[in-house]
Amino acid sequence: MLALDNLTKTFHIHTLGNKVIEALRGISLEVAPGEFLGLSGPSGAGKSTILKCIYRTYLPTAGDIWYESRDCGRINLATTANRTVLGLRSRELGYVSQFFHVIPRVSALEVVAEPLVTRNGILPSVARRKAAELLQRLQIPPSLMDAYPATFSGGEQQRVNIAKAVIWKPRLLLLDEPTASLDLQATAVVMEILRELKKEGTTMIGIFHRQDMVRQITDRLYEIGGQQL
Amino acid sequence: MEITPEKILEVQDLTKIYGPGCPLCLAATGPDYDTNQCPHCGSVVACGQVSLELYPDEILGIVGESGSGKSTLVKLLFFDEEATSGAMHFRGKKFLSQNQAELPPDLSERVNGENLLTLSSFQKRRIKNALMGMVYQYPHLGLRLEVSAGGNIAERLITAAWRHVGNMRQRATHLFEKTEIPVQRLDESPENFSGGMQQRVQIAKALSNNPMFLFLDEVSTGLDLSVQARVLDLLRTLQREFHLSMVAVSHDLGVIRLLTARTMVMKDGRIVESGLTDQILEDPQHPYTQLLVNSQL
Repeated sequence: MLALDNLTKTFHIHTLGNKVIEALRGISLEVAPGEFLGLSGPSGAGKSTILKCIYRTYLPTAGDIWYESRDCGRINLATTANRTVLGLRSRELGYVSQFFHVIPRVSALEVVAEPLVTRNGILPSVARRKAAELLQRLQIPPSLMDAYPATFSGGEQQRVNIAKAVIWKPRLLLLDEPTASLDLQATAVVMEILRELKKEGTTMIGIFHRQDMVRQITDRLYEIGGQQL
Repeated sequence: MEITPEKILEVQDLTKIYGPGCPLCLAATGPDYDTNQCPHCGSVVACGQVSLELYPDEILGIVGESGSGKSTLVKLLFFDEEATSGAMHFRGKKFLSQNQAELPPDLSERVNGENLLTLSSFQKRRIKNALMGMVYQYPHLGLRLEVSAGGNIAERLITAAWRHVGNMRQRATHLFEKTEIPVQRLDESPENFSGGMQQRVQIAKALSNNPMFLFLDEVSTGLDLSVQARVLDLLRTLQREFHLSMVAVSHDLGVIRLLTARTMVMKDGRIVESGLTDQILEDPQHPYTQLLVNSQL
């Protein structure tokens, strides 16, 4: 489904006198359809960088990212046109970021319902109902659903962020510390939702800050800066 | 569904030079020389060989500092200014029905494959009236402030060949509802309106002819933050509802982040970098873009 071949990412920071920071060097890994791969390694090893390169938030410096797309066949995410990446993002590729970029003046319910309307073509009223169900499951009280997520706590924002990414059932889902600021109970719900998603065929790559969680949910671990376990 | 949709507007090497111009203008200006003024003839290259593509249903961002040429670019696209050279092709004929936009039959024949920049100013005006809308930074550029708000809409509708007063009033009422303007203020002149409401009247006017393209020039600059958020939110909603392809010019990266999926960065009249908006913001490549991103509050 996904194969990274010699992925390398270097940052050239011109504002710091053309300082060069090597974030990734020669990463090669493969993910099979339906597999859940965990990324592990010390902080700063480049775990998030890998996910951002796949999502093309970062432009890879060298190497290939081969993805078997449902709609357009085998495609190199490292070099393909921006428009193609946007098309894939809206139909196949999901991403849960570490930090939630809040859109002002849009309620939590609308944030979560929107992808169902724009990506899956579901009626707004139905989408809102489904979004409410999912948020309720993630323990966001109904009284908060019409409020703006900018006013939420870190944990609540993160749950809205997860809801918005899983509700439209992407084909490949990238997870960057989705449970970092959640309590045990909320974490358990998220794990359950991810397990269901996996059962429905979503392929996933995830970074989790807790080792016990990684073992619970992933099929395999890729250690950055070490060997594959 | 196609993964890479067809473009609806294609612009190549769009150039605008203010001044006499000389053969060295393009070679002697740009970000590499840190100037847009030609050292040989003193002309200003406001836009130098800018190429871009616009796709259905997307918002393209143009970001850059004052004087980078971004406003000139959008004015060239809207035929407000005449280009010195370059080409602009309309490719969106088959998307017309999706926008409920209409091109007069004779024009529809002509724009197929023809460089729009070479058409007469009369034909350009007809294309503008049929397909385009613009929202300016300053309401007085887009509105006649002393004429009633409804009159402003009617004026635009008349240019798009509307004739029935009752229909025009109905259309204005509808647009006011869509842009969250109290309908009872239809007969008041925008002079008395707040800045945010003036912008919304401009947006209503720009949408009155069911355009395919909406150009935004610093649309929320100078508005209070709360009003700005409301205008941007409105534009996001309208974009989806009316299937608009938009070009949003702003110096504010926050506005660009909120509105756009793709962004082009301009400096000294040139595009120095273009990419996905999140990539531009998180992994900027060009030194100028890095400076811009690092200067964000």
